[in-house]
Amino acid sequence: MTILFVVLGYATLAIFIVGVLAQVWKYGKTPSPLKIPQTPAPVTASGVPVRVLSEVVLFKSLFKSNRVIWLAGYVFHIGLLLALVKHYRFLFASVPAGLSYFDTFEMYPGLIMMGGLALLFLLRLVVDRHLFISVMTDYVLLILLIAIAGTGTLAKHFFRVDITQVKEFMMGLISFSPMGANSAFPTETIFLIHFSLVLLLLVYFPFSKLMHAAGVFFSPTRNQVDNPREKRIVAPWAENLPAPTPIAEEAVEAPGQA
Amino acid sequence: MADTEATATEEEPKVLTDLEKVGEPSVPRKKPNEIHPDDLVGKISIPKVEEGSAAGNKPYLCKPENMEKLGFPGDLRTDWHDAAIAKMGDLLKKYKSLQVYMDICVKCGSCTDKCHYFLGTRDGKNMPVARAELFRKVYRKYFTTEGKILGKLAGAERFDLDLLGEWYSYFHQCSQCRRCSVFCPYGIDTAEISMAAREIMDHIGVGQKYVNDIIVKVHDVGNNLGMNPKALKATLESTEEDLEEETGQKIRLPLDEVGAEVLMVTPSADFFASPHVESLLGYAKVFHQAGISWTFSTAASEAGNFGMFIGSYGQMQKVASRLTDAIQEIKPKRLIVGECGHAWRIAYSFWNTLIGPFDSLDPNYKRPEHICEYTLDLVNRGAIKLDKSKNDDFVVTMHDSCNVARGARMGDKPGGQFTIPRDLIKASCNRYVEMDEETIMEKTFCCGGGGGLLTDDLLELRVQGAMPRMQAFHKVQESHGVNFLALICAICKAQFTKILPKYGVGMDVAGGVHQLIANAIELGAKE
Repeated sequence: MTILFVVLGYATLAIFIVGVLAQVWKYGKTPSPLKIPQTPAPVTASGVPVRVLSEVVLFKSLFKSNRVIWLAGYVFHIGLLLALVKHYRFLFASVPAGLSYFDTFEMYPGLIMMGGLALLFLLRLVVDRHLFISVMTDYVLLILLIAIAGTGTLAKHFFRVDITQVKEFMMGLISFSPMGANSAFPTETIFLIHFSLVLLLLVYFPFSKLMHAAGVFFSPTRNQVDNPREKRIVAPWAENLPAPTPIAEEAVEAPGQA
Repeated sequence: MADTEATATEEEPKVLTDLEKVGEPSVPRKKPNEIHPDDLVGKISIPKVEEGSAAGNKPYLCKPENMEKLGFPGDLRTDWHDAAIAKMGDLLKKYKSLQVYMDICVKCGSCTDKCHYFLGTRDGKNMPVARAELFRKVYRKYFTTEGKILGKLAGAERFDLDLLGEWYSYFHQCSQCRRCSVFCPYGIDTAEISMAAREIMDHIGVGQKYVNDIIVKVHDVGNNLGMNPKALKATLESTEEDLEEETGQKIRLPLDEVGAEVLMVTPSADFFASPHVESLLGYAKVFHQAGISWTFSTAASEAGNFGMFIGSYGQMQKVASRLTDAIQEIKPKRLIVGECGHAWRIAYSFWNTLIGPFDSLDPNYKRPEHICEYTLDLVNRGAIKLDKSKNDDFVVTMHDSCNVARGARMGDKPGGQFTIPRDLIKASCNRYVEMDEETIMEKTFCCGGGGGLLTDDLLELRVQGAMPRMQAFHKVQESHGVNFLALICAICKAQFTKILPKYGVGMDVAGGVHQLIANAIELGAKE
């Protein structure tokens, strides 16, 4: 059991990290041949991080658009952030200063996540426009996230999984000494389900729309400076681009004849 | 009923070529008198989604000879499927926007009620995310692991003739106005996707007649209207005579005057279409009163550049390069662009990239300048005087043009594209009213005719797409008696002139910002 999950754990992590980096590399290296900031846009480079962060931190454009979707999405992401932070105990040998603050009161991040996710799911079902655009993977992802939040909450508050054991296992993974005497895979079923679902999510992450988490930083309409009259840009592929020419008479017959 | 069915079956069933299958609407296009717009109630309501209600909106296909003149195949390539996928792969490598926007949409639904064509046609596939989905289906199938493994479950689909037909329809029901992008949490820009889709379609031999014919006209004759240099010269001369009759002053409309300080580039519609020409008179009066030497140029007798609408960097550059010739010939110090939305986006955002840098122009001025920037500066410095009472017949509102509002700027500050034309309007009239704030500035609705859709074969779409703007206009018409819709775009002017009567509003309501200036400007001796 331990060996199986150690192998799965490392494999998943490798796929996740390599997959995300490959996607980010692809976004980064693809050129933006033209200035297309969504105006009004920052006119100086220092304005751009403010704009991008207002999207990442506050979901500003979504707020402008639709308060219900904003609320659902924001609550979910806040819950997710809290849940990730609350997992710190499994990742650090000793509690880092500051993070223990999050233990001073109970926050039930799993419940916050599920609240947001449930509203997102409901929107897909009851708003005809959302129903129209949803495909299977959209629903499955929401269910997967609900299941992860649900099993996490159950593991913590109802089944009282032995967190010392979980920590030993995780620390073993992190320190690349997974097969130590004390770092056996925790035996509780609810943990097994929670852990497996997280692995599934991480494997799927780089290949799915979840890449919005990284892609949002690469959106040209939001991260470009509005200064095209002052600063000239030319993509490498567009330098010395030959002008399009008419198809010559004799060449016309060739395509479509075979 | 029985009769028509009988005659229908007797006719030889016409065998359609693959290209015709792609280009022919599934239902016949409506005649102008069969098009009935929504009632004006002053409110924009979000419709229930209908499926395929706008599937019949397809523009005419471009004829083979004009396709070939632009370097595109004249017929649907027999290997169109492979060629389309290869072209898609090429564009994904060339445009960060396309690559990132293919991957990161979470389908949150934020954009679903933002497109004027969805609001007007009720067709679900006109929701921006659903439109982009037509592209993503193919992208997922051929370019993503997810799509290759999960197929339809992940929304991946093979590119077949039916889907190509949907592309032809729905990517020609996007005016590339970028309103959806304003409300997207990731700034996903459907314009970028529809441009790429049109580029792929042209590449495999599926081109749109209206836009491609116009690009051919620019290459062959020099401007979108196909006005040859002789006709242009004659038009300007007769307009000069009219101006002298009207004002008693010798106000010039110079053409090809080498050494003029200002080279003026404007959409060719300004030379004789109505109400465009009223703004042309405005430009001439402003230059006259400012006492600056200026000229039009036959080489650059068109500010418009439809290369953008088909997503073709090469065509856009080739059209823009006419300006390089004009600058070499005229040797101006300054470059000023007239009232035109997409032209200003290209001039402001793309010219420097496509044909810059403009080293021969005077660096003390913006390169290029918008006519509104130029005129407002004169007004602010007191170099020209405006008599607001000359426009007392009008209660004015302003329609922000999509490409100016969301794809360009005026002045030095963000949002100058909103304040500068408004300041000009307010300096030229006494009564100005703003439309509903959800429909102006960065949230402005497209007029319904932008992005290469200003053609009569898409008349129904244009009427439907104008609905949100018409509702907002109707509201201020009722509440404040607004009777002048101020515009800074040649396409907006042509669209509204055609569409307003369909909604029961007089077409003379539409006019240019410099039309108001032309009315109000005080000509004659300066102290």
